[in-house]
Amino acid sequence: MGNLDLARWQFGITTVYHFLFVPITIGLSFLVAGMQTAWVRTDNPKWLQATKFFGKLFLINFAMGVVTGIVQEFQFGMNWSDYSRFVGDIFGAPLAIEALLTFFLESTFLGLWIFGWDRLPKKLHLATIWAAAIGTAMSAYMILAANAFMQHPVGYVYNPATKRAELVDFFAMLFQNTAIIAWVHTVSSAFLVAGALVCGISAWLLMKGRAREMASSTVTMGAIVAIVAGVFVGISGDADAKIMVVQQPMKMAAAEALYETAAPAPFSLFTIGTLDGSQPLLSVDIPGALSFLACGNFTCEVQGINNLQAQYEQTYGPGWYTPNIPITYWGFRLMIGLGMIAVLFGMWALWATRRERVPTNKWFLRSAIVMPFLPLLGMSAGWIFTEMGRQPWIVFGLMKTADGVSPGVGVAEVITSLVVFALLYGALAVVEFGLLLRTIKQGPPEEVPTDPYERSDDQDQPLTFAY
Amino acid sequence: MLSLPPVEVSNLQLLWFCLIAVLWIGYFVLEGFDYGVGILLPVIGKTEAERRAMVTTLGPVWDGNEVWLLTAGGATFAAFPQWYATLFSGFYLPLLLILVALILRGVAFEYRSKHSSAKWRRNWDIAIVVGSFLPALLWGVAFANIVRGVTFAMTPIAGIPGQPSIPGESPIYGGTFFDLLNPYALVGGVTTLLLFVTHGAIFLSLKTNGTIRERAHALVPKVGITAAVFAVVFLVWSQLAYSGGKLWTWVPVLLAAVCWLVGLGMDRMKRDGWAFVFSAVTLGLAVIALFGMLFPFVMPNIDRAMPGLTIPGASSTPYTLTVMTWVALIMTPIVLCYQAWTYWVFRKRLSADMIPDPEVGSLDHVGVGS
Repeated sequence: MGNLDLARWQFGITTVYHFLFVPITIGLSFLVAGMQTAWVRTDNPKWLQATKFFGKLFLINFAMGVVTGIVQEFQFGMNWSDYSRFVGDIFGAPLAIEALLTFFLESTFLGLWIFGWDRLPKKLHLATIWAAAIGTAMSAYMILAANAFMQHPVGYVYNPATKRAELVDFFAMLFQNTAIIAWVHTVSSAFLVAGALVCGISAWLLMKGRAREMASSTVTMGAIVAIVAGVFVGISGDADAKIMVVQQPMKMAAAEALYETAAPAPFSLFTIGTLDGSQPLLSVDIPGALSFLACGNFTCEVQGINNLQAQYEQTYGPGWYTPNIPITYWGFRLMIGLGMIAVLFGMWALWATRRERVPTNKWFLRSAIVMPFLPLLGMSAGWIFTEMGRQPWIVFGLMKTADGVSPGVGVAEVITSLVVFALLYGALAVVEFGLLLRTIKQGPPEEVPTDPYERSDDQDQPLTFAY
Repeated sequence: MLSLPPVEVSNLQLLWFCLIAVLWIGYFVLEGFDYGVGILLPVIGKTEAERRAMVTTLGPVWDGNEVWLLTAGGATFAAFPQWYATLFSGFYLPLLLILVALILRGVAFEYRSKHSSAKWRRNWDIAIVVGSFLPALLWGVAFANIVRGVTFAMTPIAGIPGQPSIPGESPIYGGTFFDLLNPYALVGGVTTLLLFVTHGAIFLSLKTNGTIRERAHALVPKVGITAAVFAVVFLVWSQLAYSGGKLWTWVPVLLAAVCWLVGLGMDRMKRDGWAFVFSAVTLGLAVIALFGMLFPFVMPNIDRAMPGLTIPGASSTPYTLTVMTWVALIMTPIVLCYQAWTYWVFRKRLSADMIPDPEVGSLDHVGVGS
């Protein structure tokens, strides 16, 4: 394996890991802010209990999101130096803004939230978790805008003298519809994950007879968040597919394993056997559905892989312009399927806990335990789909992935970093998971101080919270 | 795009060269004491309560402090993409070590006190110490190598599909990992290490009471004088060998020495706030000196007669620099305000006896959680 493949594996592994922790951070930060808001408004101790309990889970996870994120900032320069010099004008700007505008916001205000219970007035303290949550959502926007440039480069010109892409329209780059829709899709998916997490954990607590009052409120909250988020995920996903057909038709064709241009085009639910249709064992299609997804009517033409491959050879010269079809195809399906299951579970949870009922169904308990993982894996599948589906391009139509890798970094160095990150992240993920489980089993505190803001300027007063 | 002086540096390019220096100053002043406290954890923290108190002084601020590094990296990417590309890919293994250290340290702060087990806590404390020691040393090594200069190799730039392909040349680092461990760079590394340890001890003198404060106080002159010796050697060596004959950079070098000694003196007189101010100013002056010596290069050639990577050679377009300038002008004052406010909110001195149930891990509480 050459250093290109190794660098790609490393980027894939580190980014997928990072993006296991990040959706939970984004979604749960808002949910915890919501719980604390409910407490400030109603003074009902169950909401303080919820804030503290889910807040603990949030912080255990947040630490991993932060540290895996540091690597991301550096990795472009370390392993993709030719890419960095090529797009630095355009890609570097949102990254710098992400740090200045959003990372400072979330880190600083989260520090204030964690340690400020007895230092800040009630409403100001509430504002700190909201500021942190908003910071995470804005951070998502900036990195998605950067990624959107890779999917659909706009606002630039190529300068043949410097052999670099140069930014000419900042706002066109920052606010292109690819970025906006990706953001809605990603953030609503994060809410789906967080909603499923809160719902699943609350259902477990409820069925184990723990913190009943809190859990019956949070199971409903989680379920509703998951369902509403799921609707937005679906709508934005549909919008994304329609853009993709125009901006990256090869990705849509690969997602469908649509080899020949077709009008109308069928949507393939799943296929067992070879994807190119030469030896299918079982293939379930919905006629016309792909046309509907792509253009909104049941008859329009959707371009096929073979046609696009030929077309790109005309435009860009000889070469292989087709992404890995099985990964793209299955990634797309897993993304949709796993996400939908989470929404269905939310509905089941609402039904099973209606009118203050405590569910007793064993399958419901098992689902509750498994549930939080599914939409998270769906998000990973989605990212793998969209990034692998863009190959062989690192910036679609402009720069190939093979041309972006660091020429000066040798195989030995990349193997070293790849192994180190994979092992380190793996070990830390296991540790984090263990801590999350332990926190859930410990459950919410039975006795919650009714006024955590009780302050004293007495120098020797013990801290309410210490590291 | 390597060249030899004289080169024309535009105002925007000069501004961003200075802004990146400012970001590194912010980083070293803030995360510098995080590193110092982390390294001193087993030295000053003899009991669980003391160690927890030390980590808690960093608790509200360490993450925000670390963002200065991300901003410096991001700003370098946006303003000087060729510098970002050549530097980060060239100094690959040292950066990998720094990243691993930062990852372990960051998680350790959050996870350390979750369990009561002494083994659990000791392992995470090792992560904090190593995770603070390595970057404190390696940032000095990295900056020393930047100032000293490197050898370059040239690689072709691939043609853009659909465009005529002209063989171009992109500079990459042409040396090895061991070239980076030369004596000058090692002295630089020990300098930053000792400066950060002292800075951390001064921070503890300012932020704590009781046994922690006493021990930190006692340590400042010992480490501080050693740091001063290394710093003088390093900065004077830099000035004589690598400043390109500039005279004005003597000013920040000498001022840094003075400020450091004043800082040590202030600490001696138990004027903790002023000690911290002077310690911080020293770090700032050291960075100014180094960036001043570097100008107009961002990465000079180790053989100064050969072309190096200059500010204009690494820079992005005036358009991007203008956009970034607006963003920086609007955002930076806001960030400084609320970060400063955090330090004000958490101004109360901590002592070991303020840690509730220091031996009990937060996950080992039954019933009443925190």
